[in-house]
Amino acid sequence: MTVADNQQPQALNFECETGNYHTFCPISCVAWLYQKIEDSFFLVIGTKTCGYFLQNAMGVMIFAEPRYAMAELEEGDISAQLNDYNELKRLCEQIKRDRNPSVIVWIGTCTTEIIKMDLEGLAPKLEAEIGIPIVVARANGLDYAFTQGEDTVLAAMAHRCPSKPPETETEKNERNSIQKLLNFGRKQDDVNADESDYVDHPPLVLFGSLPDPVVTQLTLELKRQGIKVSGWLPAKRFTELPVLEEGSYVCGVNPFLSRTATTLMRRRKCKLIGAPFPIGPDGTRAWIEKICSVFGIEPKGLDEREAGIWANMEDYLELLRGKSVFFMGDNLLEVSLARFLIRCGMTVPEIGIPYMDKRYQGAELELLQKTCQEMGVPLPRIVEKPDNYNQIQRIYDLKPDLVITGMAHANPLEARGINTKWSVEFTFAQIHGFSNARDILELATRPLRRNTALKDLGWEKLVKEDATV
Amino acid sequence: MKLAYWMYAGPAHIGTLRVASSFKNVHAIMHAPLGDDYFNVMRSMLERERDFTPVTTSVVDRNVLARGSQEKVVDNITRKDQEEHPDLIVLTPTCTSSILQEDLQNFVDRAQLESQGDVLLADVNHYRYNELQASDRTLQQIVQYYIAKARKKGDLRTDKTEQPSVNIIGMSTLGFHSNHDCRELRSLMADLGITINTVIPEGASVQDLKTLPRAWFNLVPYRELGMMTAEFLQAEFGTPTVDVTPMGVVETARCIRAIQTVLNQQGASVDYDHYIDEQTRFVSQAAWFSRSIDCQNLTGKKAVVFGDNTHAAAMTKILVREMGIKVVLAGTYCKYDADWFRQQVEGYCDEVLISEDNAEIANAIARLEPAAIFGTQMERHVGKRLDIPCGVIASPIHIQNFPVGYKPFLGYEGANQMVDLVYNSFTLGMEDHLLEIFGGHDTKDVITKDMSANADLSWSKDGLAELNKIPGFVRGKVKRNTEKFARDRQIESITAEVLYAAKESVGA
Repeated sequence: MTVADNQQPQALNFECETGNYHTFCPISCVAWLYQKIEDSFFLVIGTKTCGYFLQNAMGVMIFAEPRYAMAELEEGDISAQLNDYNELKRLCEQIKRDRNPSVIVWIGTCTTEIIKMDLEGLAPKLEAEIGIPIVVARANGLDYAFTQGEDTVLAAMAHRCPSKPPETETEKNERNSIQKLLNFGRKQDDVNADESDYVDHPPLVLFGSLPDPVVTQLTLELKRQGIKVSGWLPAKRFTELPVLEEGSYVCGVNPFLSRTATTLMRRRKCKLIGAPFPIGPDGTRAWIEKICSVFGIEPKGLDEREAGIWANMEDYLELLRGKSVFFMGDNLLEVSLARFLIRCGMTVPEIGIPYMDKRYQGAELELLQKTCQEMGVPLPRIVEKPDNYNQIQRIYDLKPDLVITGMAHANPLEARGINTKWSVEFTFAQIHGFSNARDILELATRPLRRNTALKDLGWEKLVKEDATV
Repeated sequence: MKLAYWMYAGPAHIGTLRVASSFKNVHAIMHAPLGDDYFNVMRSMLERERDFTPVTTSVVDRNVLARGSQEKVVDNITRKDQEEHPDLIVLTPTCTSSILQEDLQNFVDRAQLESQGDVLLADVNHYRYNELQASDRTLQQIVQYYIAKARKKGDLRTDKTEQPSVNIIGMSTLGFHSNHDCRELRSLMADLGITINTVIPEGASVQDLKTLPRAWFNLVPYRELGMMTAEFLQAEFGTPTVDVTPMGVVETARCIRAIQTVLNQQGASVDYDHYIDEQTRFVSQAAWFSRSIDCQNLTGKKAVVFGDNTHAAAMTKILVREMGIKVVLAGTYCKYDADWFRQQVEGYCDEVLISEDNAEIANAIARLEPAAIFGTQMERHVGKRLDIPCGVIASPIHIQNFPVGYKPFLGYEGANQMVDLVYNSFTLGMEDHLLEIFGGHDTKDVITKDMSANADLSWSKDGLAELNKIPGFVRGKVKRNTEKFARDRQIESITAEVLYAAKESVGA
C-alpha cells in the first residue's frame, strides 16, 4: 500500500472519541455466516445475554432446522465447578448426533474471555475425539464491534484452507461429488472454467462473505479482464475452502476484515492486494483496476462500464446532489459508503466508525481523499469509537439531510424531524459490485423519497391535499 | 452448560432496564461490553419509541478491563447526571460484567457524592434470576428506596385518600400488550368509581412513590411483575393486595369482587354485582359468544396452552370454563414459580408441563395433536410445522405484540379480544364440516412435509437407509434430486443403487 502523491491539500482528520456508543455485538455474524456456509454449525458459547440478543434483537428466530445454538454458560461454568472440556464435549456430541455438520464453529464471547476459557486449547483435542473440525473464533465485544465478528471467523478459517490443490482429478471429483449431486439438474456452474478465457497469473483468492449471486457477479467482472478467481473465503461449504499456496494473491471485499488480511499475509504467506472496496461503481472500478495492475493487465472497458452504471442511476443522483449525510458509525462500511455517496454529489460532515484500521483501509482512505478533491467538497471528519450523545448534539447543530445510524437511534431521530436510514440495511443488502450500486442508492434515497411522497407534510398537516385517487 | 436454541425469558438486566426505563426521568447506566446494549434497539424498534431510550452503556473494553472500570463508571454516572438531570440513575451490570466481581456498590456510593440525583445499584444475581424475576426485584428495590428516603425526610404520605383508590403495579415497557392492558384497567377502575393513586412503573415519577401508601389497595394484574412490591407495601403499611388477573369474563368478575371485598373491609360500601352482570350479559360480547352457535363446534376440541404463569393460567381457565374447550396440556416456562401454576390449573387440564426447553413443548404438541395451540412465538413456529393453528398469548415479545390498534388482554374488552383470538385460531362452523366431508382443502401429505409430489415414487428400505446417512441439512435436497432422476427414468422404486446412479450421473 503506497501513498500515491504528495500533493494533497489537506489530510484526513482522525479522532478517537472513545465514547459510549451503540452497535451490535460481533456474535451477530452468526446470522449471516451460518446461511453462507451451508454445512456449518455455529455454537455460541456465552450467557443468556448473548442468546437473547440473537433471538430478539437480531430477530434471528429459530426456525425448522437451526444450524446454530447457544452453549449457555451457567453458574457452575462461571465458578469453574464444571469441567469445560467435558461440558463442550457433551454438547458437541449432541450436535454431531442431531445435525452432523462438516464443521462446528465455536464463537467465543466476552464471558469466555473474562473467565479465560481456553477454547483454542480445548478444540484440537475435542476435534480429534469427535472427528468433526472445530474452528474457534473469539467474536467478543471487548475487542470487536458488529461486523468484525465475521473477521474473527474468517481469520480462524484461513488456517484451515488447504495449502496444496488436491493431487488427482479423481480426488477432486470425490471431494465434489456430494456437491454435484446437490446441484443436479441445475446448470453446473455459473462461471464456466474455460481456461482459454484467462490470462496466466498467480492464483487469486478473494475473502469476505457475500451472498452467492454477488460472488458470481464479482467473479465474472474479473473474468472479463482475464483474471481467474481460484476461490473465495468463505466458500459455500466448509469442505470447499480455497487452496492457499504460499505466494497466492489475496484481496478483500469488505472493509472490516483487517485481521483476516493480516492472518493471510503473516500465517499463510499470501500477498495482499490493498485496493479500495468494490462498493459503488467508483469503488468497484478502482478495485478491479488495482487487481489488474498487480497482475500487469491493462483493464478493458471499465470506463464504459462505470459510465453506464452512473447514467443508469441519474434519477437517484438528482435526489442526492448537494445533500449531506452523517454517519453515526456501526458496521465499518462507513468509509466506503461515504466515498461513494460523495461521488454521488453528497457532502459528509462526519464519519463515525467503531474501529479504523488505517493500513487495511489505506487504499479506500486514499480514494476518499481523491474523491473529495475531485468533487470539491470538504474532507469528512472521521471519528473512531464515537460518543453517541455528543454525536446527537452535533447532528442538531449540523442538521444533515440524512443520518445513517444504528437501530436504537432511528425512531427518536425521525421523531425530531431528521431523516434516517438503518446502517444494518447496508450490512445485509447486496451492495457490492457494479450492478448493485443502484441498490445502495435505493436505500439511501428512500427516506428522501418518502418525504417527497408525503410532500413534506410535517406534523400539523397530516394528509395530502388534492389527492387524486 | 446448556444447549439452547430458544429462550422464553431474557437475561436479568433486561428486566431491570424494563423497570428503570418505564419510569419518567430515570436513566440507567449499563456497565457492559459493546453490544450488550440491545435493550435500546428492542425498546426503540418494538415500542416505536419517539424518545431516546434512557439507557447508556459505559462500555467495557480491553483497556477498561486492564485498568479497572471504577473511574469510567463513576464518570459516566456523574456525566449523565449533569447532562440530563434525571431523578434517579440505576446502575446495572450484565451477565458478563457481573463476573468481574467488582464492588459496584462502592462505585455507586462514590458517584452519589458528586451527583444531584439519586444513584442506585440494581441488586440482582445475573446467573440465578431471569428477566421476569429481575424486573420484580428491581421494582421492589426502587419502591423500597424511595419509601425509606421519604420516611427519613418526613414527607411520607400514609393517610388514605378520601375516595377509594388503587395502585396498579406492574405496567412496564416491553411488556406483553401491557400498554393496552393499562388503558383497559384505568377505564375499569373509572367504571368502578375508584381513583388511580399511581400506576407503576410505566410513566410514573419516582417522586410519586412516597404517596404509594395512600392507596386503599394494590392491584397486581401480572404474577411476574409487581408481587414483591405489593408484598412489601402490605408488610409496611398493611395495604391489601388484589392479585386476581382480570382476564376472561369469569376472572374479571372475580377480580372485581375481590376489590369489592377489600374496599368494604375499609369502610366503603360498594356493590359491583350489578356492574358485573351488566358487563357480562350486555356489554361484553364474550359471554354471548360462548353461547352462540359459532362456539358450539368448539365443544370438546383439544388445545395446548403454554406461556408465562399469568397468561397460561388465565387462558387455560378461559378455554375450559368459558368455551368448553378441552385443555390437554397447560404449561409454563416460569419454573421458579411452578407451584403457583400447578395450583391454578389443577382440575382444568389433563397434563401440566413446567419447562424452559422448547423441544419438550414441541414434542408434547406433536404427541397430543391438539386442534389449536395457545402459546408463545415459539409454539407458533411449532404449529406452522405441524399445521396446527396457534394464537400467541404470552411473551417473549415480538413486533406483533405492539399493534397500533387497541388490543388489551385484560378486562371486558380483553375478553372480547380473547374470543377473537380463539375464534380465529380454530377452524370453525361450516368450514369444519366441509373439511370433514371433503377431506380438507388440499391433499398435501402432512407426514413428510415436502413440496414434491412423490405419490408415484417409493423408497426401498436400503435406499432409505442410504439416504439417512446423508447429513440432515442436505438430505432434503439429495432426496429431491434423486427423485427427479428416478422420475426422468421412470423408476418407481428408489433403491440404494438408484441413489448411487443418480449421484454418478451427476459426477459423469
